[in-house]
Amino acid sequence: MFADSVFDVLNNIFLGFFFLIVLYPLVYIISSSFSDPQAVIERRVWLWPVDWSLASYKAVFSNSQIGRGYLNSILYVISGTFVSVMLSMLLAYPLSRKEFHGRKLVTAFIMFTMLFSGGLVPLYLVVRNLGIYDTRFALILPNAINVWNVIIMRTFLAETITDELYDAAQIDGCSDLYFLFKIVFPLSGAIVAVMALFYGVVIWNSYFDALVFLQDQSLYPLQIVLRNILIINKTNASMMTDVAAAINKQGLAETVRYSLIVVASIPLLVVYPFVQRHFVKGVMIGSVKG
Amino acid sequence: MLPPIIASSSEVLEKTPPRNDFASRFFVKAHPFRTNDALWYPFPMGKSCVEEQPMREQSMVSVAMNKRWRMIAKHWQFYVIIALPITYFILFKYVPMYGILLAFKKYRVTRGIWGSPWVGLNNFSKFFANPSSWQIIWNTFSLSMYALLASIPLAVLLAICLNEVNKRMWKKTVQMVTYAPYFISTVVLVAILMQFMDPALGLFNTIRTLFGREPMNFMGKPELFRHIYVWSAIWQNTGYNAIIYLAALSSVNVEMYEAGKVDGVNKFQKVWYIDLPTIKPTIVIMLILNMGYVMSVGFEKAFLMQNPLNLETAEIMSTYVYKIGLVNNDFSYSTAIGLLNSCINVVLILTFNWLAKRKGESSLW
Repeated sequence: MFADSVFDVLNNIFLGFFFLIVLYPLVYIISSSFSDPQAVIERRVWLWPVDWSLASYKAVFSNSQIGRGYLNSILYVISGTFVSVMLSMLLAYPLSRKEFHGRKLVTAFIMFTMLFSGGLVPLYLVVRNLGIYDTRFALILPNAINVWNVIIMRTFLAETITDELYDAAQIDGCSDLYFLFKIVFPLSGAIVAVMALFYGVVIWNSYFDALVFLQDQSLYPLQIVLRNILIINKTNASMMTDVAAAINKQGLAETVRYSLIVVASIPLLVVYPFVQRHFVKGVMIGSVKG
Repeated sequence: MLPPIIASSSEVLEKTPPRNDFASRFFVKAHPFRTNDALWYPFPMGKSCVEEQPMREQSMVSVAMNKRWRMIAKHWQFYVIIALPITYFILFKYVPMYGILLAFKKYRVTRGIWGSPWVGLNNFSKFFANPSSWQIIWNTFSLSMYALLASIPLAVLLAICLNEVNKRMWKKTVQMVTYAPYFISTVVLVAILMQFMDPALGLFNTIRTLFGREPMNFMGKPELFRHIYVWSAIWQNTGYNAIIYLAALSSVNVEMYEAGKVDGVNKFQKVWYIDLPTIKPTIVIMLILNMGYVMSVGFEKAFLMQNPLNLETAEIMSTYVYKIGLVNNDFSYSTAIGLLNSCINVVLILTFNWLAKRKGESSLW
């Protein structure tokens, strides 16, 4: 049908346009990071790298702040994800069981925190009084549980761990605790993976907690280091070069910024195509059920 | 598979040697057909089903109460499991709520929360008397609404277009690429913005000079702040937001498509008369639910984009609370503003949730 062909053409034009709008900046950044600094200043870089050069990457990798920030972030992601997923599971499992008396009360208890919160300053005071201010725990504990994720988990568990399974285990004389560890955990592989992704991405990308709760520079995660270098120029990007001619200095400062952007984003961007399926599934479980 | 019938209870009890192990509470040995091997039959109720229980007089209420306590006692381990997460909530969510008292006091560090003098609603009147406060409230509200109203149509459009693509490879490629920016962190996104909008070397200004116009400091112009904020958010999130609408589109009734094919509809009509009405509830729910969060717009991106030049549009409630509280260390004033923000949020979220529920679809609870 003619109208259909028109539709297809328009559709593909729109999608192609959107595709390019999203793709081009990313390509431009990658290309600039691999280009000679001089070419970047002279604005000769449009699509492909001009005068291939790894100078800016060398500068990035030789900076100890960035390396430390990277390691800190990896540490926070691993420990934070573990703690968050574990706590969420411990919360979601009893909530998914009908036999848990007080289910409604606990649900209301945690839902209320989504609605109303004490605010920034009271939380800051609590963290200070608990003695975890300016420690690594301050990045793992205060925002450990996200109630949305708990609800998604609860829905998943309620559907996967059927009543028949539970009754059969009860007949076999299985206690609730034993059931959790020996049956629920192995069966929740899918949702644990999704939750680990959800929590992990948030922990890797956020800087607010570190901004508020940390002062020791050696504890800074990558995002704070990035903020200092890229946004407020606290650490001048050009200071990262040891040997830099005056003319090259500004150019290198520019390409170093591009390289830094690439280096900071690479882990997630490389990993996400493989985990995209799980992400989509997680979003759909969370939203479609409501 | 039905469990075999026991011949008689007395026969069973005689033939079973008394055992004190776990299994014998639930399994009873029996010989119904006089075979040599004993067979184990599951008795879920334990021996109580074999023995007779004496009848007792009890009121309905106390029976129910007893049942409840028995259930609690039987499943005591649930409470152990949940103890740790509940402790987290008490410590990091409910204890800070006690700190709200600070909003009504003038905090003196040396005296702590209890010792600080009570000033009642002073902090609140101070906030409302300040003319820039209204500007901040308006900034927060308009930024959120703009972002919400601009992002939903585009996400829907992307979902519908992706849904109509025939070639699978093209669809998957577009999905993967448009989905990618979601994983870029806020810091990196704002850094990208700053790079592209750099007055000297930024790509945008390079293009401007190509067309013969003067380079412009985009990030420094207050009137541009909202547009930059919203459209960079759309660039980053549309792919991700489209997922929900794609999921809704996949639930379209296939029979309607076939009926349409019989009637000879083209793709435009199909989208307008079948796809859109099907996902309209999803769109409405997303719209309504997100309206509740209009005054709680995030801190991270706005804070990074702020500079001394654009503060008149870039200052929002959450960044203001942060600056007053943790930069100027005026704890009580900051807590007051935060409390105000929280209260507005409660009203908004509850109202719009109620509205969403009235629409007949699912809501938060």
